[in-house]
Order: sequence, then C-alpha cells, then structure tokens
Amino acid sequence: MEPDAIIAALRDASPHAELESAAAVDGHPTVYAPAADIAALAAALRDRPELRFDFLAELTAVDFWPREPRFELVYMLVSTVHRHRARIKVRLHGADAHVATVSGIWPAANWLEREVWDLFGIAFDGHPDPRRLLMPEDWDGYPLRKDYPVQIKLTPRTSEPIQVTEQEFRANVERDRLARK
Amino acid sequence: MGLEAEIPVLTTTVEKMVQWARRSSIWPVTFGLACCAIEMMAMSCSRYDIARFGAEVFRGSPRQSDLMIVAGRLSRKMAPALRRIYDQMPEPKWVISMGACASIGGVFDNYALVQGVDQVVPVDVYVPGCPPRPESLIYGIVQLQRKIAQQKLA
Repeated sequence: MEPDAIIAALRDASPHAELESAAAVDGHPTVYAPAADIAALAAALRDRPELRFDFLAELTAVDFWPREPRFELVYMLVSTVHRHRARIKVRLHGADAHVATVSGIWPAANWLEREVWDLFGIAFDGHPDPRRLLMPEDWDGYPLRKDYPVQIKLTPRTSEPIQVTEQEFRANVERDRLARK
Repeated sequence: MGLEAEIPVLTTTVEKMVQWARRSSIWPVTFGLACCAIEMMAMSCSRYDIARFGAEVFRGSPRQSDLMIVAGRLSRKMAPALRRIYDQMPEPKWVISMGACASIGGVFDNYALVQGVDQVVPVDVYVPGCPPRPESLIYGIVQLQRKIAQQKLA
C-alpha cells in the first residue's frame, strides 16, 4: 500500500481519534495520535485486514525538553503480511507522562516499554511487569531525560559479604548435611 | 645463601621461598569487562605468552585465583558482582586495574560507570592505556611480581 492509502486506512481504523499526519524523511507514513486513544488504535492496527501491523519493530521516546509537551513516544510498526510500515507518534506532557500499555497487543512491547520507563520515566498503565530494565532497580531518576545530570558523582553501591559466626556456620553445615541424607 | 662445596643444597629463608612461589604462579581470574579483555586474551596467547611469567592459567572460578585483572569499564550495576568475585578469592590476592576506564573512568565521565575501580576493590597496579597493549599488561604483571617479592609474611 502507498503511504497515503495507509494513512487513510489508519483514519478509517479509528474514526474517533484525531490523527495528524506528519512528513517523514524516509517516506514512511507517520501520524500523531492522542495518548488516550493509543490502546484502541493499536488493536485496530493489528487486526484490521487491510493493515495487519503484526510486528512492533521499535518503541522508543524522544525528549524535547524544555519544550512542552516534551516527550514523543514513537511506535515503529511493520506488517509482515502486507510488507508495509507505519510510524505512530504520541505527544506527552512532562508533568504527568503516562500512556496505556500495548504489551497485550504486541508482546514485544513488554521490554520496550520497560526500557522507556527506565530511561525516560514514562509510565505505562496496565503494564504486567513495570520494573526497570537496564539501570539498577534502586536507581533514582531517568537518565535519558535531557535535564538529567549526566556527570553526577556517586559512590558505587556494592553488596556486603555475608557475615556468619562460627556457631551459625556449623549449624548451616549440619542442617545441609541432614537435608542431603 | 650459602653454597657448600660438595652438597647440592641451597639455603634460604621461608619468607623468600614463599615470595618466590607466590610471584611465580599468579593465576588470574577470567574476568573481562570490555575491549581491554581482548588485549588481556592476546597477552595470554602464544604471541605474547604470559606463560613465561607463570601467570597463564586463567581460572574460571575465583576460588582458585590470586589475581583479578579488571579489564574494562565497570558499570555501577556490575560493581556488586565485581566486589563479590573479589570477596570469593582466597587470600593472598591482588588486583590490576587495566586501562583508563578501570583506573579513572576513561572517556566515560557519566552516571553509568564507576569512576575508578579503586572505589570498589583495593588496586595494586594501575596499567595505563586505552586499551593497554599486551606488553603494557605484561609490564604491569612484572611490577606486581616485584611488589609480591617485597611483601613480608608477618
């Protein structure tokens, strides 16, 4: 399908959402979608027979700080059936950056959304496993935000070695020996 | 050392004997973190041949090792693992900080990396370079051998 036809099909797929098409250097059809409609739109994109975007190639974010709305989520979609591509963008405000998860529609979104949460602090409502992916789990802040202090000096955290007394050590060995019998 | 005319015996002290034994078989733990590990592997292979200095046996277990070569940049997430491996090594143990990243953070002056592994483990020898050539690392190991040769037993 031609890019214009894909955009028209996207508009058909979600008549309620206001889709605003944008120019893209690579020629792939690109639309901005409202954050509230992303879950319904994603389901339509995957399931409509003329679209069939069955593969979420990439989900990432861009930070345009200090502009507001500062975040843009980017969904790169591929249809392995029709061999066409599309790019969906979602603008988000920095104060309350959250959007519905699409991990129920494309399982690949699970870790991609975790990565975006980890590095940009954009929350995904309804995500099945909303933990950090790359940074340590007790990390403060979101490093890929433009206002993050990159060259901060922190003392590294290391785990303390386990300290047991001689009695505890003997008891542990004895308990292990009995358990193996 | 006294050398008697007829009897083939050398006399020495226990301390010198122990120092000689320790410095002649420094077994490193296999612990490569980044591109410096490639140079470390080159050093252990036949062209540079660290076997000439008795340190060619890279052990897969820290419990059989004497030396940790921190070869590469250390991320903050990796720091607890590095410290745990160091804690698992039996005494006496030594650490070589290999390359600019392990020593001071190198070009990576950012939140993700530890700015010098001496914040995590005590370092005996720093080897400069980005990455150091195998000859540099061999020189570092020879420096470590000199250091071990001076360590008192008590």
